[in-house]
Amino acid sequence: MSQTQTNQPTISKEEATWMFEKMLEIRHFEDRVHDIFGTGILPGFVHLYAGEEAIAVGLCSHLDDKDYITSTHRGHGHCIAKGCDLEGMMAEIYGRATGLCKGKGGSMHIADVEKGMLGANGIVGGGFPLAVGAGLTHKLKKTGGVAVCFFGDGANNHGTFHEGINMAAIWNLPVIFVAENNGFAEATPFHYASSCKSIADRAIGYGIPGETVDGKDVMAVREAAQRAVERARNGEGPTLIECITYRNYGHFEGDAQTYKGEEKVKHLDDLDAIKKFYTYLTEQGIMTEAELDQMDDDVRRAVDRAVEFAERSPYPLPEQLMEDVYVSYKTDGGAAR
Amino acid sequence: MTRQITFSQAVNEAMALSMREDQDVILLGEDVAGGAAVDHLQDEEAWGGVMGVTKGLVQEFGRERVIDTPIAEAGYIGAAVTAAATGMRPIAELMFNDFIGSCLDEVMNQGAKLRYMFGGKAKVPLTIRTMHGAGFRAAAQHSQSLYSFFTHIPGLKVVIPSTPYDAKGLLLESIFDDDLVVFFEDKTLYTMKGEVPEGSYRIPFGKADIKRKGEDVTIVAIGKMVHTAIKAAAELSKNGVEAEIIDPRTLSPLDEDTILSSVEKTGRLIVVDEANPRCSAATDIAALVADKGFDYLDAPIKMVTAPHTPVPFAPSLEDIYLPTPDKIIKAVQEMTGSELVI
Ligand SMILES: Cc1ncc(C[n+]2csc(CCOP(=O)(O)OP(=O)(O)O)c2C)c(N)n1
Ligand SMILES: [Mg+2]
Repeated sequence: MSQTQTNQPTISKEEATWMFEKMLEIRHFEDRVHDIFGTGILPGFVHLYAGEEAIAVGLCSHLDDKDYITSTHRGHGHCIAKGCDLEGMMAEIYGRATGLCKGKGGSMHIADVEKGMLGANGIVGGGFPLAVGAGLTHKLKKTGGVAVCFFGDGANNHGTFHEGINMAAIWNLPVIFVAENNGFAEATPFHYASSCKSIADRAIGYGIPGETVDGKDVMAVREAAQRAVERARNGEGPTLIECITYRNYGHFEGDAQTYKGEEKVKHLDDLDAIKKFYTYLTEQGIMTEAELDQMDDDVRRAVDRAVEFAERSPYPLPEQLMEDVYVSYKTDGGAAR
Repeated sequence: MTRQITFSQAVNEAMALSMREDQDVILLGEDVAGGAAVDHLQDEEAWGGVMGVTKGLVQEFGRERVIDTPIAEAGYIGAAVTAAATGMRPIAELMFNDFIGSCLDEVMNQGAKLRYMFGGKAKVPLTIRTMHGAGFRAAAQHSQSLYSFFTHIPGLKVVIPSTPYDAKGLLLESIFDDDLVVFFEDKTLYTMKGEVPEGSYRIPFGKADIKRKGEDVTIVAIGKMVHTAIKAAAELSKNGVEAEIIDPRTLSPLDEDTILSSVEKTGRLIVVDEANPRCSAATDIAALVADKGFDYLDAPIKMVTAPHTPVPFAPSLEDIYLPTPDKIIKAVQEMTGSELVI
């Protein structure tokens, strides 16, 4: 509803370091996955988050391990911002036994429950009720924790969006719904598939606050997130934040992106979220170019290590096929074939 | 010379032919045209579905009849049910059969039951096309084969073609059938080529196809498993065992006679199904033969299926998840004992 503006410096050097580092981790991780996918060695579908870093990082800068997030098919960025291990993530994408999910989930299902990361998700709209449930646990157990639901513009037309937000509102749950409006769901533009002008407008129907922010500006996202997280922690209920963004790559790897227009050039350059934050940090004197460039080198090396780790890791063994379907299940003479 | 086209082209051709033949045939689904309301994509280069199966249809039939939907499966599948009941003949694409979770009510409680509940005063000439199948490294939420789910529900017809020829003839039959048909397309078969005639032809429901003749063992195989069974049969043949391979092609209705008369001849039945093993098409066919063909059997019925687990992502696990020719051969060895050792 309101377009939020970034105020004067409101972060410490320590916070800035964490945020810039996480944004770089996401970017370099995704760029590497893109390159490796191009060589044909990665199994499955991969959806990359590059370009949208400011959203996951802006939000997660207010969260700790007890707070939960739900994610999407485009989940690598959410995982990284929530503290998932790069090596374990890369190994998962490679389908190796050392992956965060033992190679059984892959890119679309990376999860780390101990870090509060309730999984990337192969089902569009899957995250809304899952975040509501996590919020319900927080409320009933009085943990002070929150649950954040990241979702795409395409997902805001799914029934679960409406069911989830309505429940969070009537039960006054500590849930923050974060729309990542990158303009497209696969090849379908937001303005074609949604009857509203902005996703944030839909908050009105549920009687909760909604606002639209520049999702390329990590400080703007962080500020909106701060208000929402405070409200949630104070027992004031859910908030809807719409972040306007753009994905640097295709819907999935291999997409020719014919539906994109001229705008894509600007997004990769002037409007780039990392460039924007870099300029902000140096202009405000929060960090020096040398410091930021050093971080860039360090993160590239960390991503190299993640790839090396994944590539030298073994595939899961045959006996792992039958593990973890249930906590307990009597199989002798039973159904396991 | 006979014309060879892919499974995907065969499906595409069936839709194009039906849309030419009948103005009431429309297609709805996510990105089935692609690039809705993107100015520079109005005609050329629209996606034509995530796998390109519907490519070209929007160019020929326009966006009025090839309709991109929001990601709202309950919405557009439900709408397709009553569009069908009120005079259209829609084809609705459910991108992956796994997404039935988002619209089961519309299929199970509405579309499947309208006619019965209304005392025969409605019909639902709707075809839901949907992708299924493991082996694509697509993990647990994009790899299932859920046809038994639908077979369980009265009011639905269930079709699973295994070749380009069958896909075209069965899809045309589905579209012009007056009941709700769920039509399964194995994503790993789309690139498979086969002989397909140019014009329109239909393959009736409830007619199994004997994909290979044999005297020693009957193998009923569903969808892609037909090809797995054919590989196994070639090996078995080298060792003097001739398998008869039956492709039911439709699970609802099911051609019981063809299965039973084959078992009467061979005395042995193996069902090969890549779906999970409980309450499945495999158990259903096994039960049919145990019930109506028990006297024909010389050996216990065997099932070669996926295990009772979700589809794993890791290639090392997905490869052992699926039935293979080796597993079928092993089942044959087990059921024939020492007389037919390979
Ligand atoms: C229930 C369901 N329907 C359809 C799909 C197929 N699908 C996967 S991602 C996607 C587009 C999602 O768009 P959006 O929500 O905007 O997220 P983005 O990809 O832009 O991040 C679609 C249609 C799915 N995975 N689940
Ligand atoms: Mg989107």
